[in-house]
Amino acid sequence: MSPLRQGTLDSVAATKTSARDDLSRTVPTPIRTRLLKTIVGFGVLLVVTCVVAPLVGSSPLNFARVFDRSIPFSDNVDAQIFFIARMPRIVAGAIAGAALAAAGVVFQALLRNALATPFTLGVSAGASLGAMLAIVLGATISAGPFSAVPVASLGGAAIAAAIVYRLATMQDRAMSTTVLLLAGVTLNSFFSALIMFVQYIADFAQVYRAIRWIMGDLDVGSFDPIVAALPMMAIAFAMFAWLPSSLNLLSIGADAASARGVDVGRTQRLAFVSASLATAAAVSLAGPIGFIGIVVPHLVRLMVGVDHRLVLPASALFGAAFLVMCDLAARTLLAPLEIPVGVITAMLGGPFFLWLLVRKG
Amino acid sequence: MLLASELSYGYSSARRNVRSFTLDHVSITVERGSLTGLLGPNGCGKTTLLNLLSGVLQPEHGHVSLNGAPLAGRTRRDIARHLAVVPQETHPAFDYTVMEMVLMGRHPHLGAFELEGPRDLALARDALAATGTEHLAGRAYMTLSGGEKQRVVIASALTQSPEVLLLDEPTASLDLGYQLEVAALLRRLNLERGVMMVLATHDLNLAASLCDRIILMRDGRVVAQGPTRDVLTAASIRRIYDVEADVSFHDAAGHVTVTPLRHVQ
Repeated sequence: MSPLRQGTLDSVAATKTSARDDLSRTVPTPIRTRLLKTIVGFGVLLVVTCVVAPLVGSSPLNFARVFDRSIPFSDNVDAQIFFIARMPRIVAGAIAGAALAAAGVVFQALLRNALATPFTLGVSAGASLGAMLAIVLGATISAGPFSAVPVASLGGAAIAAAIVYRLATMQDRAMSTTVLLLAGVTLNSFFSALIMFVQYIADFAQVYRAIRWIMGDLDVGSFDPIVAALPMMAIAFAMFAWLPSSLNLLSIGADAASARGVDVGRTQRLAFVSASLATAAAVSLAGPIGFIGIVVPHLVRLMVGVDHRLVLPASALFGAAFLVMCDLAARTLLAPLEIPVGVITAMLGGPFFLWLLVRKG
Repeated sequence: MLLASELSYGYSSARRNVRSFTLDHVSITVERGSLTGLLGPNGCGKTTLLNLLSGVLQPEHGHVSLNGAPLAGRTRRDIARHLAVVPQETHPAFDYTVMEMVLMGRHPHLGAFELEGPRDLALARDALAATGTEHLAGRAYMTLSGGEKQRVVIASALTQSPEVLLLDEPTASLDLGYQLEVAALLRRLNLERGVMMVLATHDLNLAASLCDRIILMRDGRVVAQGPTRDVLTAASIRRIYDVEADVSFHDAAGHVTVTPLRHVQ
């Protein structure tokens, strides 16, 4: 247990008052204080990250000059680079990171498995296949903020999620986590096989583009793709808001949750749909960037404990900051060469994942 | 009063490839304040009956009512405010603290976005005190011993402020010392708080020492129910377990004890 967490709990135990006394008091309860501290702490981290990250790049920007209101925007090159050239990428990283980390938290609770990721159930494999087909078939249609590759990846994700959902709910109203896991893992390999097949028959240039997409990429040039992904993100996060206390009970066990008043079937459906939606939206925006969905929730648990009412919002905020930082590393470490951000997260996340695995055993 | 009348339930065996089993027109009555034991061989339907009583499963026929109000049609949340369940074992997927586990009992009493307040904390501390687990409040649940875990789960169920506690073999995985400890706790909670309890168990001596009434089940039917000394007899044990046993009053224990002798066909 982390020292931080022990401290909070000691303070809980220290507030020794009898039942009668407590009834008349209006002091903020520990969970309220902890939630506030968590959101403020991680919120400040995110804001600082999002302001500092765009200042760094091929042409370093002056912070004071960027926010100098006395220079008209049309004359302020620093502000133009900050807001127009670099900000879309930062925002894309932040919302993709938030969505993947939060989806990771939800999938881990739904599957009662701390090693689950947003990609465990095949959503990203479906998305990758969809994107790959769009690239290989040379689809270039776009309408408003929507363009072919993200839309195709959303389609693939939706098909994958629908198949897994159907399989897991076939026998009962409540989901079988075993069937969910098995169906997801199987679907992952099946889609991977299809992806390999498409790679094999496609030509080199297309395959290179597709592989580049699968590595995860935040090279977003405008706010259009963000606008396209935003409605889905909004719906997913609105659904997330209903989940935390039910997820706590679900991770104790389905029967125990039911006995404590949780509508297990409804909670599982809400968790599955919202997390799949968030994952699909993030992947359509930035490609399947791995390991965010497992590294971030675990780091957050080390800091705030395992209560989902804290872990879920903290993971969303920290996931956003984490991906923006990883992307900063991706575009500066070997500048002017840009490393795909998925490579950075995987290089950090792989060893971390193994450490978790070993520590658990 | 917890009343089950003419409950029938069957698992659909063809699809799931499990042994088809039916609870067949089971009617039971648990009086207010009673600590009722539910006995019977493996697969006789004890757990199914508990799940029907707690509303986790819906009966195909018959109905369950608590204090005259039927459970059917009520939300899980509403039922959980009156009925709590203590399973044989609880394995959380994450490393919750004891206090967090106990506070989860408040879930049915809180609104969707409501965080627990001082009153909920007071109830949790009260439940920790009642189960003798106050000193464990800050500990991680997973690091506790079996007996401590079961006491914490009982504390969590108490935090639900239930009128009825349904216990499914709560002492099955515990050693002798912890069995006695949990038994003493249940007896005390029943006496002091008047919590009605239904206790499914294989431990005949635990039931003999603890329960004022016994329900005997076999093959999905109730074979006998009534006061412990009337129901827990050599003849009834033979009837439900095919076991010849010596049942006699033990002076030092202050209740009947069961000594199994041999299996008979």
